[in-house]
Amino acid sequence: MSDEILKLSMLQLDALREIGNVGAGNSATALSQIINRKIDMTVPKIAIMPLGEVPDVVGGPDAMVAGVYLRVFGPAPSSILFLLPRDSAFYLVDMLMGREQGHTTSLNSMDESALMEIGNILAGAYLNALSHFTSLTLLPSIPALAMDMAGAILSVILIQLGQMGDHALVIETEFTTESDGVKGHFFLIPDPGSLNTILAAIGVKE
Amino acid sequence: MSELIKVGMADYKVGCNPSSLISYGLGSCVGIALYDTVTKIGGLAHIMLPDSTQARSAENPAKFANTALPLMLDEMINLGAAKKRVLAKIAGGAQMFTFANATDVMRVGERNTEAVRMLLKKMDIKIIADDTGGNYGRTVVLHLDTGIYLIKTIAKGEKEL
Repeated sequence: MSDEILKLSMLQLDALREIGNVGAGNSATALSQIINRKIDMTVPKIAIMPLGEVPDVVGGPDAMVAGVYLRVFGPAPSSILFLLPRDSAFYLVDMLMGREQGHTTSLNSMDESALMEIGNILAGAYLNALSHFTSLTLLPSIPALAMDMAGAILSVILIQLGQMGDHALVIETEFTTESDGVKGHFFLIPDPGSLNTILAAIGVKE
Repeated sequence: MSELIKVGMADYKVGCNPSSLISYGLGSCVGIALYDTVTKIGGLAHIMLPDSTQARSAENPAKFANTALPLMLDEMINLGAAKKRVLAKIAGGAQMFTFANATDVMRVGERNTEAVRMLLKKMDIKIIADDTGGNYGRTVVLHLDTGIYLIKTIAKGEKEL
């Protein structure tokens, strides 16, 4: 059986992009309030790409990143992954902890908790939008954090997708702050089967 | 000048001395190095899942241990390797995120490693070194001039197998 995601219509992709747009908008607003800085957000990209190419989106499989991972429970189980390049993660915790920029060179457990909480808030804001559109009740798990190679961190979700096909549907938004270099990538990856549930709930299932 | 051959996720490559085979950022995936010490022919597979028969889509044989390894071994034999001399070294199979009540989805690294061990046993290929498990990523390099399998990590330094 070939990949179901390769058969998505333009209408379905547009619908998914619009959900991504509102969800990421909510998340960006939440993040902007926490760090008290204006956040710019790219229009979400909807990409269908071979699994092996997904790590290139964040700088290649050996790029050092911080990843906050959450499972989404409910009728459309999914994974959420918020990835930050290492320098952005350090920048963000310095900002959150009220320290001078450039202070952090490795994360202590308080810093880790802070990053996980950011992931939690972003995911919550995103899922609120998704739940609103779909009338599905979607709840996030507690977050887990890892600081490691992008390929290794992404393998967690890519393996789940690999059971279904050879391509990933990536709904990705990039956040950047106005003046300085905080940059983050937000991924929502529906489990096998969940995509159909979401499409049906928004009325674009063929 | 020795060539560095890149092996992507869900892929495998074979080569001969003096090339090296490299695969970046293994997490729960397993990197399987096969090597014939006499002809110095080797192969590196970066597998994502243990078994193609349990998956819904099995179009890419390099994604699964049970389909990738026989194909890789055949290519090595075509280059001149002898199966009876081929030895294996394996690395990867980490669990990147830790949750209090880990579900099966989260333990995929462990299941991958176990399946690879069973498969190599079935293929009658001996594992002479391994570096599996843990909660960290690995970049692996198989040096075909020496057969050394180099494991690079961010937090735990480097290790030669």
